[in-house]
Amino acid sequence: MSIEIKTATMEPVRNTYANVERRFGDKPATRYQEATYDLQSETNFHYRPLWQPDLELNDVRRTAIVMSDWYAFKDPRQFYYGAYVQQRAKMQEVAESNYAFFEKRDLARFLSDDARAEVIRFLVPLRHLEHTANLNNMYGAAYGYGTAITQALLFNGMDRLGMAQYLSRIGLILDGNSGDALAEAKQQWLDADIWQGLRALCEETLVTEDWFEVMLAQNLVMDALITDLVYRQFDQKLCDAGAQDVGMLIEFMQLWNKDATRWIDAVLKTAVAESDENKALLTQWIEKWRGKAAEALAPLADAMLGGDALNDALAQLDKRVAKAGIK
Amino acid sequence: MSKVYIALQDNDESRYIVEAVEEDNPEATVIHMPAMIRIEAENFLAVKRETVEEKMGRDWDVQELHINLITLGGNVDEDDDQLTLTWNE
Repeated sequence: MSIEIKTATMEPVRNTYANVERRFGDKPATRYQEATYDLQSETNFHYRPLWQPDLELNDVRRTAIVMSDWYAFKDPRQFYYGAYVQQRAKMQEVAESNYAFFEKRDLARFLSDDARAEVIRFLVPLRHLEHTANLNNMYGAAYGYGTAITQALLFNGMDRLGMAQYLSRIGLILDGNSGDALAEAKQQWLDADIWQGLRALCEETLVTEDWFEVMLAQNLVMDALITDLVYRQFDQKLCDAGAQDVGMLIEFMQLWNKDATRWIDAVLKTAVAESDENKALLTQWIEKWRGKAAEALAPLADAMLGGDALNDALAQLDKRVAKAGIK
Repeated sequence: MSKVYIALQDNDESRYIVEAVEEDNPEATVIHMPAMIRIEAENFLAVKRETVEEKMGRDWDVQELHINLITLGGNVDEDDDQLTLTWNE
């Protein structure tokens, strides 16, 4: 039996914005497309930056990477503001629920003194690294070119603040909200041998000029290695030692890394595929920062995990880089 | 002989599902109606999780299909990776 429903169809006068239509044809566009493509001004700037008058406000020359179309860096996650906020809100709800459960059940009391000390020594100081990561990503958002990539960098930068806050909360849970764990972690960051190499590396990224290079150094190299060492290997170690409840508190970071990885790997692949010059430059940058990061992380990896930990992490990074078409 | 069909709401999420179904079922016809997208095929239609994930750019559970589903017709077979509609001859 078929039901006859009388319908009156109204066709829209236009399917999408003219600039999106020029790119994709006369058909309905996705929200991501409409929110991203050609959003950034490219001509007719009213003034030059007083602090850098040889370049325009938005200028492709702020990086040595050359792209014929900077919007080739389409985000595979298709995050525009709305989608990004919704996704993170969902993740945050899960995280809040985890933290609430951890505190309500006082799961901190099951942590051995050793585990507690290790978390404060190895995990909480990472909030300082997240601070650098925030600055580096904001640098890219400020000086980068093309909304496709600057938008993603902005979101990444904001995510770092969230994760830094979670790391701080972990410290506060462990020290009964006194703030002692945070002070101790900061002392470690400033004084302990295991952190100085990393701290110097952070400072080096903060003064590197080419925003694409900074993005690679931070979001690809440093993140890949630290994520593997801390959120995979150290997490495993804690689980084996009976401190698996801490996993509830770092789950957000692990989920976050999954989608951030998907994005940065796509960026690298696109940039490599664009030209041989890009590929050569990217290979050079990755080798440079990989070397520095490996050196900086060696004492930390040794103290935290020992053995082949750093090599394992480097192998994971190399696999990803190879998939993008380098080496 | 009989057509299997699936009708989805015409919204931002469904577009990726429709794209995926079009790719996986090249023989299918896609009909656009007010607020609804209807896909028909002879005897067989499959919605595959992996293809949808690829189009959408995020992880997707086949059961999420029901958020956008209006109606469907055919014998349903579901598992973690796909939802298939068939008519036996």
